[in-house]
Amino acid sequence: MGFGHIPFDVSHALAGGMLLMSFVLLYQRRVPGLIAALATQGGLLGLAALWQGWAQGAAGLYLTGLIALVAKAVLIPWALSTLVRRLGMHGSVQTALGIGPSMIAGVGLAALALVVALPVAAGGSALAQEDLAVALSVVLLGMLVMIARRNAIGQVVGLMSMENGLILAAVGVQGLPLLIELSTAALLLVLALVAGVFLTGIRERFDSLDVAFLEDHRGERR
Amino acid sequence: MMAALVLFPWAAALLLALLPGQRLSARLNAAASVVGLVLAVGLVLGPEPAAGLLHLDGLNLPLLLIGGFIGATASVYSLGAIHAEAFPPWAGRAYHAAFQIFLGAQSLALLSDNLGVMWVAIEIATLASVLMVAVHRTPSAIEAAWKFFVLAGVGIALALFGTIVLAMAARPLLADPESLLSISALRAVAAGADPGLLSLAAVMLLVGYGTKAGLVPLHSWLPDADAEGPTAISAVLSGLLLNAALHAILRVGSIIGLNAEAISPAPFLLVLGLASLLLASLALWRRRDARRLFAWSSIEHIGIAAICFSLPGGAAPGMLHLIGHSLLKSAVFYAVGRAIILKGSQKIADISGLATSHPALGWGLLLGIAGLAGLPPFPLLMSEIRLLVVAAIFNPWLLILLLLGLFTAGAALVTALTKLCWGPETPDAPAPAGAPMAGGWTVLGPVWLHLAVAALLAVGLPGPMGRMLAAAAGVLQ
Amino acid sequence: MAAFAALLTQILHLALLLVLAPLLVGVVRWLKARLLGRRGASPLQPWRDMRKLLLKRPIIAESASVVTLAAPYVAVAATVVAALLVPSFTRGMALAPVADLLVLAGCLALARGALALAGMDAGTPFGGLGAAREMAFAALAEPALLLVALCCAILAGSSNIDAIAAVFAEGALGIRVSLALALAALVAVALAENARIPVDNPATHLELTMVHEAMILEASGRHLALWEYQAALALTLWLSLLAAIFVPFGMAPAASGPIGWLVGLAAYAAKIGALALLLAVFESAIAKMRVFRVPEFLGAALLLGLLGALFLFVSTGLL
Repeated sequence: MGFGHIPFDVSHALAGGMLLMSFVLLYQRRVPGLIAALATQGGLLGLAALWQGWAQGAAGLYLTGLIALVAKAVLIPWALSTLVRRLGMHGSVQTALGIGPSMIAGVGLAALALVVALPVAAGGSALAQEDLAVALSVVLLGMLVMIARRNAIGQVVGLMSMENGLILAAVGVQGLPLLIELSTAALLLVLALVAGVFLTGIRERFDSLDVAFLEDHRGERR
Repeated sequence: MMAALVLFPWAAALLLALLPGQRLSARLNAAASVVGLVLAVGLVLGPEPAAGLLHLDGLNLPLLLIGGFIGATASVYSLGAIHAEAFPPWAGRAYHAAFQIFLGAQSLALLSDNLGVMWVAIEIATLASVLMVAVHRTPSAIEAAWKFFVLAGVGIALALFGTIVLAMAARPLLADPESLLSISALRAVAAGADPGLLSLAAVMLLVGYGTKAGLVPLHSWLPDADAEGPTAISAVLSGLLLNAALHAILRVGSIIGLNAEAISPAPFLLVLGLASLLLASLALWRRRDARRLFAWSSIEHIGIAAICFSLPGGAAPGMLHLIGHSLLKSAVFYAVGRAIILKGSQKIADISGLATSHPALGWGLLLGIAGLAGLPPFPLLMSEIRLLVVAAIFNPWLLILLLLGLFTAGAALVTALTKLCWGPETPDAPAPAGAPMAGGWTVLGPVWLHLAVAALLAVGLPGPMGRMLAAAAGVLQ
Repeated sequence: MAAFAALLTQILHLALLLVLAPLLVGVVRWLKARLLGRRGASPLQPWRDMRKLLLKRPIIAESASVVTLAAPYVAVAATVVAALLVPSFTRGMALAPVADLLVLAGCLALARGALALAGMDAGTPFGGLGAAREMAFAALAEPALLLVALCCAILAGSSNIDAIAAVFAEGALGIRVSLALALAALVAVALAENARIPVDNPATHLELTMVHEAMILEASGRHLALWEYQAALALTLWLSLLAAIFVPFGMAPAASGPIGWLVGLAAYAAKIGALALLLAVFESAIAKMRVFRVPEFLGAALLLGLLGALFLFVSTGLL
């Protein structure tokens, strides 16, 4: 399989779209924009999983894809935007790192992912290399989003994006066992995090989702 | 039998989540944990061959035994401390259920022959422990839980990525995709797999599970989590979760080490371990909060264990160190937890003079800290001496760094020991009305039992204990 | 015969673009007005405005030099040359062999330089402000365009627009991550180059934010008509370029005769219409960004282009 073959091309394009969304996440300052980009990324992931299910003839992937579509493209973004609306957080998020520097860091990380994926050439083709690099970039960019946003929502969004990258890598491995279990467990983590934002009372105790307020309770500063 | 070790605690968790009475739940929790210990001991008596997803060998058996033991004593301690923790009703249910879920998940993480199952188990253990850390819902507890959650989330996400990359590397070599994540199958094909992918997987898994093991520079959740949750949780976090994470690193290392061309995880583990030891040995001097002090000491000891495992011939001292540290650290946490309840403060300055005011507790704490500082008659002394020997053979310069770290950390702990146990006596806080301060045996029993077992291990080192360690080291060859 | 067909299509192409340009601006305005719930002026309005302006004598500022007189002609000439190079309904026009992406970038830079000089020449603060901003944006937009050209050149083996369109139309290259990145970068550059909404608002004269309008604030009569015509032609050219590179389907070879040309023309009309609709929807949905964020926006485009090139270096094994 290679470039020019439809099954490969479509999965490759979906992966590319996810990477692009990662950059949108990095670029976006406004919370609703972040959530919309995240939802798009989740939707692309769901489509990628469904497509792989068709291309590999693996029925389990359809389930993974459906779960991703329902949870990541619809439910979680809906929950997050409900939360945001309730808190009236339509303004922009404080960034710990400016947009310019974080974009440069993002490209640096993507380049790092490429460099890391390079030695793999020995075993796989250039295609496997590029796919691995895209998935790794999405994971690393998710981490960067977590670092660059001083905000609980930003951290949830970053972690979710990381997890999207993971599942993207997982659906690309042909015949990976336990795929549904793993992806569901990974989703559980994100769900728990979202539930945590809802329930732990970060809101009720601090009247803000900005985690900087938590810093006062850090370490031995009390 | 092996499955029972996982399923029984989870069944108990279900029951505990449904039961309203807190006093009853605490007792049932203790009973279930003791049954878990009996099941673990049963594994030693009637070992069965590796079957399916679970397997039992020399490496995970000692860790399972320690896990069962600390789970049982922690639940007994928690029984006595339940009044002082003063949970709201729902929190008591969540706490007890999460405790059993945690015990089952960490057994599963140790027993699993499948990297995917191991990952899921460690994730469940993480979620359960986040819940237990946050259970008090104070701002500090929520901050600690949030930090734990976010850092651990990143860590386990990276670990999953590493797991997937490992499967990717094995894909061309394994005919049966069902065994793609099995540790034994991976070990069989590791030598021929793509070294680039294996190296990437090694780095990802080391960083990912290293976060969970509390290795510097991804340690910062541990002091907060240990200081803000209920004390019994500090004991199981330091005593069990760190072990399970380090065990995962060792398993992965044993796969990747078989490929000569892939980068070896050992040097990375060595550097992380050294960084943990050195940073913690300095940080220990600046602690004013007793529980944070011992959390940092956990970072130090996990660092030492990591150094042990990264050196050739260091697996046996590493296992000894892990076991000894788990026993002593949980004993110290029980004693400190009791002292905190008695004095009404976590500050070291407020818990001074314990050996004179509460001799049984104070001397137990004293012996425990002495053991952690590497003083006889406890196993940490032996493992550290063996480590020094191994390190001297490996590289004499390493010896200097190790001695520096060990002495700085030991001296810091001894300083804290003199303050906590021998300083001027501080008055007890008045007992809260309606909450009897009874139940001293639930603390003193576990503390002295742990000390006795630790001393026994040190004494029995040449005999059965030595054989156990050799078996563990054999697995990692 | 082939040479004749190439020449004929080239002439037809130029005539098409020259006529279409103001019409396209009118269509986009009309679509935007409909999307906002207004009736909107007729799509022919820009042509009418231009005719009116062309009949009027330009009023030149006292401090203006010969630059103000020459700049509009230079800019329009450069843009017309650029328009000659971008294929619309056929491939293989007479000038196709020189239709290089780098030449195109050069022509556009020349037009931009003339515009900035004209802005500064009158010596009014707004003109200078607009020129300074335009040049600051260009410093990021042009490298981004060059990186996109690099991506296409790596994939197609040539930086010739015709060759790129031909290779991409075959589909043998498949869909690449780098192409998605290059597309995003090129769209961002196109928005900036044509002073469209997130970067500049073509519909207002709000002093604090305007860029393009600030530079032609002093122009009047015939000169203003030329500037507006140049802007319209640039928009047409950019949309054609996007269509030619990323949707190269339906373009007729020059030698295919009138029937083939008609088919190509229909495809071209459909593509440009769709792009105009997309542009109108996008502009209605998006708010203009602060001027100081534009460098971030273009910087992001530049980085995406860079990333696309990096990916290509890896996947084609050049690195």
